[in-house]
Amino acid sequence: MNLHEYQARDILRRYGIPVPPGEVATTTDEARAIAARLGGGPVVVKAQVHAGGRGKAGGVKLAANADEAAAHAAKILGMTIKGLTVRRVLVAPAADIATESYVGIIVDRTSQRPVVMVSAAGGIDIEEVAARTPEKIHRLAVDPRYGLLAHQALGLALKLYRDIAQARTAADVMQRLYTAFYAVGASLAEINPLVATRDGAVAALDAKIVIDDNELERRPDIAALRDPSGDAPSEVAAREAGLTFIKLDGTVGCCVNGAGLAMATMDLVKYYGGAPANFLDIGGSSNPQKVVSALRIITADPSVRAILFNIFGGITRGDDVANGIVQATRAFPLKVPLVIRLTGTNEELGVQILTQAGFSALTDMDEAVKQAVARANAA
Amino acid sequence: MSVFVDQQTRLVVQGITGRDGSFHTRQMIGYGTKVVAGVTPGKGGQLFDGVVPVFDTVADAVRETRANTSVIYVPAAVAVSAIFEAADSGILLIVCITEGIPVLDMTRVLPYLHERGARLIGPNCPGLISPGKSKVGIIPGNICLPGRVGVVSRSGTLTYEIVHQLSTQGLGQSTCVGIGGDPLIGTNFIHCLSAFQADPETDAVVMIGEIGGTDEQQAADFVKQAVTKPVIGFIAGQTAPPGRRMGHAGAIISGSSGTAAEKMAALARAGIAVMKRPADVVPLLKDRL
Repeated sequence: MNLHEYQARDILRRYGIPVPPGEVATTTDEARAIAARLGGGPVVVKAQVHAGGRGKAGGVKLAANADEAAAHAAKILGMTIKGLTVRRVLVAPAADIATESYVGIIVDRTSQRPVVMVSAAGGIDIEEVAARTPEKIHRLAVDPRYGLLAHQALGLALKLYRDIAQARTAADVMQRLYTAFYAVGASLAEINPLVATRDGAVAALDAKIVIDDNELERRPDIAALRDPSGDAPSEVAAREAGLTFIKLDGTVGCCVNGAGLAMATMDLVKYYGGAPANFLDIGGSSNPQKVVSALRIITADPSVRAILFNIFGGITRGDDVANGIVQATRAFPLKVPLVIRLTGTNEELGVQILTQAGFSALTDMDEAVKQAVARANAA
Repeated sequence: MSVFVDQQTRLVVQGITGRDGSFHTRQMIGYGTKVVAGVTPGKGGQLFDGVVPVFDTVADAVRETRANTSVIYVPAAVAVSAIFEAADSGILLIVCITEGIPVLDMTRVLPYLHERGARLIGPNCPGLISPGKSKVGIIPGNICLPGRVGVVSRSGTLTYEIVHQLSTQGLGQSTCVGIGGDPLIGTNFIHCLSAFQADPETDAVVMIGEIGGTDEQQAADFVKQAVTKPVIGFIAGQTAPPGRRMGHAGAIISGSSGTAAEKMAALARAGIAVMKRPADVVPLLKDRL
C-alpha cells in the first residue's frame, strides 16, 4: 500500500526526523490559510497522488505568497495525473536548498536483509545516477538482529556531508528511518531529497513510504491511511471481494486461480493473437461467492468481448467454481461468450454442474484459450 | 533418491486440527507420507483421525516421534512463530504453506534458521512432492508420476499445469518443489538446481519463474557454471503490465526491471531451453533427453 507524501512526512516526524512544516489542503481556501499560517512567504504546492513524475505533470508549483498558493491549488486540485484525480495538495514553505541527498531503505531479496542506500546526488534524477554512475550510490546491508548501528549510520552519513555536525544529524535521520521502517511495516522508506539548507540545517523535504500489504492486518492505524480514491474502482471492488485484479486494455476477460497460472493464461491469450482485458486471481481458497464477484467485475468492463475461465483445481474445487458460474449467470445474464477450462480437484462434479446448466467445459488450456480468443476477435 | 523428501521423511504437521491442516493431512496420509505427529497447542494428547498423535509443542512431537520434517498450515499471524518453534526443536526441513507473512518478519527468521542449519521451503508455497514416495504440502498427488524430471517453481497452480503436461505425456518427476512467490524465501532456484544436479535419479530440470526480482537471472548464471543436466525454463508474465513501481529504491537495488523478456533472455544466454507456453515443456524436454 502506497502512502501519500504528507502521510509519510507525518510518520517521519513521529519518529523524530526533522521535517519542515507543511499541511494538507483539500480546497483553495485551506491552501491560502495554510500559506498564511506559514508566514505568507514563498511556499510550494504539491499534488498528493500515487504517481511519480508529479512535477513534470504540473502538479508541483512554487508560490510567492498566500494568494498565489491559492491560485496554484485551484489549478492542481481536480487535475488528473496518470489517470488519478488530485484531491489534496501539500502546502509547505519553499526551502532554501544548498544540497540534495538521497536516503532509502528496502528489503533486498538477494542478501535477504534491509539495505540502506545513500547518495550525495539526490533529487529527481536518482535512478539515472544509479544507472550511469553506480559508484555514487553507497549501500549497506543491515543485520536485522542488531539494527542500523551508530557507526554504520555515521559511515554512510559521511558520504553525504563533510561537516561533522551535518553528518551526525544525517546519521541520526538514518537510524530513525530504520526504526520507522520496521515499526510501520514498510517495504520501502525513502527520503528524497534529504536537504541541507543554506543555514546548515538538515531536513527531510520529501518522503515516500510503501507498506507491505501483509502488515496491514496487525497495524490498523496504518491500514486506516489507505486512500481508496487512488485506486481504480474495479480494483477496490476486487480487493473487498478478496480477489486480485488488475485492469488491462484487451478484450478477453480472464478468471484464473493462482497468480502464476493467471499470468501464463494472459501470455497464452497474446500467443494466440488476443489481448487480455485483465489479470484476475480468485486465490487459493474455494468459494463460489468469489467466482460471482469475479464475474461481476469482469462483466462491468465494456471492452470485454469474451470471458475465459482457466481453473486448475488444487485447493480450489471444480464444483465450487462451477456453482459460482451458475449462480452468477442466473443473477446477471452474460452478454458475451464464456469459455471454461476446468480440471483438477472435483473436476467431474464441476463439469456435471456446468453441463446441467447448459455450459460446456474443456480440459485443455491451449484449446480453451484459442476458443476464447476466436470468440473475442469475432465479436 | 529424489531431493529433500522421500521415504525417510517423518512429518509433523503444525496446525493439524485447523481447516486446511486437517484436510491436507488426510491427503498426505492417503498419498503415503509418513505423518508421525501433529501440533496444536491445547490439544496435546488427542489422536487426529484416531491415528496421528497430537502434541502441544513441536519439541514434544520431535522427542516422542523422531519427526524430522515439519509442514506449517497455521494462520499468517502465528506462522513466523511456528517457523521459529520448528527450528528451535531441531527440525531441519520446514515447509511453510501459509501465505501473508510480512517480509520484515522473514528478515528475522531466516538468519535464525541459517544458524541452526535448518532449510525452509516457502513461505507462501504449495510444498513439495517426490512422486510415489512422499508429499509434503498441497500439490495434488494424482497429477504427478514417478520419474526422472526435477521441477522447481515459484508458482502454485502453474506448477500443476506443467506437471500435468509432463505426466499425461509419460514424463515422470523425481521431485517437484514449489519454492513460493514471496520476496524472501528460504529455498531458492539455485538451492534446488544444485540438489537436482547432485541427485543421481534426476536427468533434467524444469524451472518455472515469473516476473519480479532477479532470482531467475542468478539461477541462469548458476546453470551456466554448475549444471550439466538439461534445464528447461518458463517465465510467466510476458504480458503483465509494468508493475506498480516501488519508488526509486527497487530499481536502484536490482539494477533491473525484472521483466519476463529480460529473464527469458538471461535463461537463453545460459543455454536453458525457454518455453513460450506451458505446452512446450514436453517437446523441449524430449529433444534434450
